[in-house]
Amino acid sequence: MTLYILCFILFLTGLYGLLISRNIIKIVISLTIVEISIFLMLILIGYISGGIAPVIFQQEVPQHQAVVDPLPQTMVLTAIVIALATNSMILAMAIRLYKKYGTFDIHEINKLKG
Amino acid sequence: MENPVLIFFIFLPFLAAFIIPLLNLFWDQAKTIVLLLVSLVLFLLSAIIVINPPQITMYAPGGWYPVDNIPLGIHLVGDGLSRFMLLIINTLAFFCAIYAIPYIKLFTGQKYFYTLFFLQLAGLNGVVLTGDMFNLFVFMEVAAKASYALVAFGVKKTEIEASFKYQVIGGLASLFMLFGIAMLYWMTSTLNMADISVVLKNNHVDNTSLIRFAQLFLLAGVAIKSAMIPFHAWLPDAHSSAPSPVSAMLSGVVIKVLGVYVILRLFINVFEPCGFMSMVIAVLGGISMTAGVILAIGAWDLKRLLAYHSISQMGYVLMGTGIGMGVIASGENPEVVALTFTGAMFHMINHSVFKGLLFLTAGSIEYSTGNLDLRRMGGLAQYMPLTMIASFAASMAIAGIPPFNGFFSKFTIIVAAIQGGYYFRAALGMLVGIITLASFVKFQRYAFFGKPLTGITLKQTPVLMNVSMIALAVLCLLMSLFIFPEVRAVFLDPAVNILIESTD
Repeated sequence: MTLYILCFILFLTGLYGLLISRNIIKIVISLTIVEISIFLMLILIGYISGGIAPVIFQQEVPQHQAVVDPLPQTMVLTAIVIALATNSMILAMAIRLYKKYGTFDIHEINKLKG
Repeated sequence: MENPVLIFFIFLPFLAAFIIPLLNLFWDQAKTIVLLLVSLVLFLLSAIIVINPPQITMYAPGGWYPVDNIPLGIHLVGDGLSRFMLLIINTLAFFCAIYAIPYIKLFTGQKYFYTLFFLQLAGLNGVVLTGDMFNLFVFMEVAAKASYALVAFGVKKTEIEASFKYQVIGGLASLFMLFGIAMLYWMTSTLNMADISVVLKNNHVDNTSLIRFAQLFLLAGVAIKSAMIPFHAWLPDAHSSAPSPVSAMLSGVVIKVLGVYVILRLFINVFEPCGFMSMVIAVLGGISMTAGVILAIGAWDLKRLLAYHSISQMGYVLMGTGIGMGVIASGENPEVVALTFTGAMFHMINHSVFKGLLFLTAGSIEYSTGNLDLRRMGGLAQYMPLTMIASFAASMAIAGIPPFNGFFSKFTIIVAAIQGGYYFRAALGMLVGIITLASFVKFQRYAFFGKPLTGITLKQTPVLMNVSMIALAVLCLLMSLFIFPEVRAVFLDPAVNILIESTD
């Protein structure tokens, strides 16, 4: 249970960073921290203490041998690929923003009023 | 029943997206032909699939069929609701594609626009067809990534800023969704939506407070995607910065599919409707309906005004949904349930047509005059009569003037609210309708009537843009026919039945 709580604290840390930072690069880093915390939680869900990798071996696996759940692992792999796309695009956009406005401070990037 | 047609809704746009840059190396016109052909085929396929007799069809890509009723792999499910959403998506995408051909000549890098357009379409079709929770997340990301890039397509200062804002908020929403899906997998040990609902219904999950926790995270993610009022900050910027055909797709389809459709699917089909969730959804809907229209009154930028109205009109749909869920949960007045969901579905398809059309007319005004500020327009009626007719039809539809479709759907929602005993929400719906009318009278008055412009040369709008706008204006009138039971039985009732049946 401690691991799950630590994971949730990491999630909240990322969220806090996202809300208070003014630098757009720091915002991107905070978003990545939130991502990582969710990936960790997915891995934790599938993990069984003392379990072995879910691979089909040639020799017989002993009875009652715990095997970790492979589905969250595939989910995390897919989510990491999506996160790669997210990060690369958001950083490309940050570079463009810097070229247009000459600053990383979101308080000075305020042409739109929401 | 097996139906392999379903996979084409995902496969064809993906194929088109990646074949366009290749074909364009050899022949310059290839992109236009592929765009028209593929969007026409998808439009016809979606129309055929809706008119076919209503029964649930499915397709298992890769041939992973269930073993002993345990689902393996990812299934595409085409039930009434999915087919209804497919019709909305592919109809508007077809008309936006026609419109985009001349419009996108204002920009450089046209072939990338076509690629992104089809990626967005593939993602949206995937979201409504999939029967798997994690696959839903993946397709949402495909559609969202394409939308982020399309918003920044003009690479001007404001567009990059809007896209960055959209990406941070939208990315956080996706992560909330992923967190909710992870919690749900933890509780139920399955990702198949039908299977999750069976597990939850049979009370195989002991810890209901953790399910509620997961539900709240899912709702937060979806509410950000559908821009309900406390979470709306990205929408007016993103929708007003995008190129006009993209704004039409974003407002007409994307917020419906990524927002409202996912709410309907998750909170009615997967989870059983409960009083608490229905109240949260109806209150969010009511707040966005009222605050959206109040924000719209003060807007002078035409596309920003339309974007605020999108928030307000989606509020109507969510309020209708929330009332329906509340009536199901309380178990009183079961005959009102069908009426509320009919109103919500009807308003959703109407909104996609008239809001799409309004953004297209805004694009046409921008194309000929080069500005979107209502204070610097006037007397456009004599220069662009076709645009004026189309815009008038759409404005009357959104304001709820009788012969147009918007009146019937708003009326259905308000009548359902009264019959369900929610008098305050019904009164709010009527009040918002009146303010909407005022706001669109302002738009018509400043843009098309009044003092004519002087000293500005107006560009003629191309034929294809006019064709697409007039076709959508005719649809605005024709869709009033949905109020007749015979027509409704074909288009709306299968979708409504899916929402009602799940609770039996």
